[in-house]
Amino acid sequence: MITLEHIYWLSGLMMLGVAVVNARDATNPRRLNNTAFWGIYAVTFLAGSYLPDLANGFLVIAMVLVASIRGLGQGKGEGETRQKREASAQRWGNKLFAPALTIPIVTVLGTVLFKRIIVNGAPLVDLKQVTVISLAIATIIALTIGMVMLRPPLFAPIREARRLLDAVGWAAVLPQMLAALGALFAIAGVGKVVSGIAQKWIPLDHPFAVVTTYAIGMAAFTMIMGNAFAAFPVMTAGIGLPLIVQKFGGDPTIMAAIGMLSGFCGTLMTPMAANFNIVPTALLELPDENAVIKVQIPTALMLLGANVLLMNFLVFRH
Amino acid sequence: MFSLIGIVIVVIGFVLRINPLLVVTVAGLATGIAGGLGPLEVVAAFGKAFITSRYVAIVWLVLPVIGLLEHAGLKERARAVIARLRTATTSRVLLVYFAIRQVTAALGLTSLGGHAQMVRPLIAPMAEGAAENKFGELPEKTRYRIRANAAAVDNIALFFGEDIFIAIGSILLIRGFLDQNGIHVEPTQLAIWAIPTAVCALVIHCTRLLLLDRKLRAEIEREMEDA
Repeated sequence: MITLEHIYWLSGLMMLGVAVVNARDATNPRRLNNTAFWGIYAVTFLAGSYLPDLANGFLVIAMVLVASIRGLGQGKGEGETRQKREASAQRWGNKLFAPALTIPIVTVLGTVLFKRIIVNGAPLVDLKQVTVISLAIATIIALTIGMVMLRPPLFAPIREARRLLDAVGWAAVLPQMLAALGALFAIAGVGKVVSGIAQKWIPLDHPFAVVTTYAIGMAAFTMIMGNAFAAFPVMTAGIGLPLIVQKFGGDPTIMAAIGMLSGFCGTLMTPMAANFNIVPTALLELPDENAVIKVQIPTALMLLGANVLLMNFLVFRH
Repeated sequence: MFSLIGIVIVVIGFVLRINPLLVVTVAGLATGIAGGLGPLEVVAAFGKAFITSRYVAIVWLVLPVIGLLEHAGLKERARAVIARLRTATTSRVLLVYFAIRQVTAALGLTSLGGHAQMVRPLIAPMAEGAAENKFGELPEKTRYRIRANAAAVDNIALFFGEDIFIAIGSILLIRGFLDQNGIHVEPTQLAIWAIPTAVCALVIHCTRLLLLDRKLRAEIEREMEDA
């Protein structure tokens, strides 16, 4: 059975390749930092499942120190000039889209089809992780098509991965770091403290006040945690169930559905949701790391207002 | 109350623009210690949580092939295709992508998108190409604004589409949590009650996208006057 562990090996090998390319690149003034950063990251993929937690913790801290003390750099890059790329685009035409579109199409097919493929009584891939594994397999197929079609030098893909990954820099690791922070928040009981404060300081004796507090609280707490999934159990156990459902007789289905979507409004407004908001600014080479959040805030606020009204109208209609 | 120290550190760190990796690590270690863990226990807990969240980073596996295609002119081709469509504008390109992304997400096809695999190589160059058709060479500021809008469309359409699909993570989480509290809800019911918000998201964000062309024109004219 193909499990997440196999995909981690693949990721680890890619990171290792990125470290090696960096080590050999004399045009990058910080090449040793880059080599150390991606090299340690590679170790967490290749050996993370087998090392003790404490060793992994120190590896992560070492990565953070490498990235923050002198920082990561970028090589001068061997990116093709614009004229050359335009000539190549002319030559290949729409065929260039084929490998790119292979990724989403094969990922979707994989999530549907892998559930049906049984080998020796067990599914071919770990079904709990079917989307992620399908994505990885799709990238391998897309890369194969690209290599056969374009016939670049053998190590071109890893050099290209290095170019893009160094452009993203430390932001590539931030989503994973924030997930780890969320886990520590959960261990320390941060959620209970926050919902305790909300219950203590906000007047919650009128249905409208309760519903509004719940929806805005979902958004605000999601902004802190970076993830609506972390905010939902806390806000729903603290305010939603005892007050909206039990005290005022609201409908739990409607409350939960719109409550979660109120949380998503918060996701649009916080740098803590790094994979949605910070990583794309790095990928798109935007100088302002809050550029995506700034575009999203007006929509998020209007939609949060709409959610407050919707929940007030719908949740008590029985 | 001390367990909130992590939140304080994160807020201060982001405001002072200290490296976020460092800020988040310090916040995590401080929160763990405030929560009663010993120093080594905190490091171990942090390491464990980091290792269990590795699946977040699988998306980087798309970089070798995306980089290879970019090298061969993928972005330039995406621009050229849009340049041939006379009616294409930045607003329209992004509106079409919004609609496709939201509808496919509602059908459970959440992986038909994403910043690394769709927005950077295809959607952002198309949206920029459409503006170049109209205005010629773009000021940097405008270029950045268009790219940020392309990323925002991917996020908003995904978030407010996926909850209409009954087997998505958030619906499973809601159901599991309510079950633990003795309330049984049907996934289909949860999905149906996600529709009003999805419609609001479509109306609100598409209205803003419709106004984007005008905003870009104003910005470009201002920049030209300044130059």
